[in-house]
Amino acid sequence: MIRSVAKIFRLLIVILSLALLWQLVVFMFKLPDYILPTPLAVMYTWIANFSLIWQQTQPTLAETLLGLFFGALTGIISALLLAMFKPARLWLIPVLVISQAIPTFAIAPLLVVWFGYGEASKVITATIMIFFPVTTAFYDGLRRTPLAWLDLAKTMRANRWAILWHIRIPAALPALASGLRVATALAPIGAIIGEWVGSSHGLGFLMLNANGRMQITLMFAALFSITMLSLALYYTMDWILNKTITWKM
Amino acid sequence: MSAPGIILNNISLAFAQQTLFNNLSCEFTGGQFTCLLGPSGVGKSSLLHLIADLYTHKSIQYSGTIRATDNQPIQTRIAYMAQTDSLLPWLNTEQNCLLGSRLRGEITSVKKIQARELLKRVGLKNPKQKIAELSGGMRQRVALVRTLLEDKPIVLMDEPFAALDVITRLNLHDLAAELLQHKTVILVTHDPLEALRLGHVIYVLAGMPAQLGAPIIPAGTIPRAITAPTILQLQGELLARLQLAQELM
Repeated sequence: MIRSVAKIFRLLIVILSLALLWQLVVFMFKLPDYILPTPLAVMYTWIANFSLIWQQTQPTLAETLLGLFFGALTGIISALLLAMFKPARLWLIPVLVISQAIPTFAIAPLLVVWFGYGEASKVITATIMIFFPVTTAFYDGLRRTPLAWLDLAKTMRANRWAILWHIRIPAALPALASGLRVATALAPIGAIIGEWVGSSHGLGFLMLNANGRMQITLMFAALFSITMLSLALYYTMDWILNKTITWKM
Repeated sequence: MSAPGIILNNISLAFAQQTLFNNLSCEFTGGQFTCLLGPSGVGKSSLLHLIADLYTHKSIQYSGTIRATDNQPIQTRIAYMAQTDSLLPWLNTEQNCLLGSRLRGEITSVKKIQARELLKRVGLKNPKQKIAELSGGMRQRVALVRTLLEDKPIVLMDEPFAALDVITRLNLHDLAAELLQHKTVILVTHDPLEALRLGHVIYVLAGMPAQLGAPIIPAGTIPRAITAPTILQLQGELLARLQLAQELM
């Protein structure tokens, strides 16, 4: 409890110092509002436009969470396939690598063409970005079960599915957890990229819109909200994972 | 049912670089402790791995037969205990003891009661205790209980007490001798004292490829007292043999 309070406190200090530095830079170089607004101005705008921003946060949050869900799900399933079936290893790994060699940014417009301006294209963008780190982390964990545990299970006449369920998967959970942490950090980026490329709502849309109208303070306010959203998501995920997976490998 | 002996016939085992055994033949008597001593790398653990059928690697050349004196299959009647306790950190003490039953999907309330009684007998009063909270000696006791709960007539032990301090080791000798009575035990060890306390028969494995020396059969019932004159006298002889074996490596 004390440690988590200290953690939050430390985070606040870091944010405040960065804001102070920012304010100082604007003040020293006499930058106009439309180049770099002060953090205070951004804060005022954020409060003044809170209902608008909150309204635009909801679709982005929904896309992020759905992307996270589907990305994690496909990642877990493909890691299990890789671990359990040799043909999957031979055929799926090239597909995985190719899927990551194509820049998400480049195919995001295509996804909008295929899946429309709605949430689906954003969810898919996020899913594509997320499933790879989840797959590699979990697959790595599944491959690194200590040999002694596998030998022991073998002398206990366990079949490979029992070994998978009772030993290999739990042993790989800490690795999966680090994959999920990376995924949680990536998910909002996926959703925002999707929104930039083409959308009619969401924080990414709000940013572009504000930018186009030279409402730079509002753009920063939206950016601030995205950052807050990402941080909140990351720390929630981190907390859940730390509570549920208490062992180290 | 009395525990069967194990007969090794013309065992040859070679890895890519070296030949460990060449036409090794011997018989381990049923219902007794057989202790195997020898320098590191001579093939003590490999012998246990062969009996437990743990080698699956393709780079291994293996020939010969291993059978039980009653001609029933061996691999289904083995419990295996290694130097690393292989306790699973996400399971508690009791659950770790019942790992075999869990893997085979046959946990019963009878088995649970058995586990608790055995845990009590080895001095572990809290079956729900987390593995991370146990000391090295306690962990090895849990591993011993796990081995016993497999309820197999043949027990293969690969330096199970090597990582423990001397006093803890002596205590565990007493426990092992008591609880593994009438089973066919093959105990690989580095420690001449351990072999002399627990072995009905002691062999020194020496040479490249390795051969078993003449058996040493100390008098008296096990566990022999550390102050017994036979032990002190034989310890010198055994150490001399081990020195010789070391020179042959």
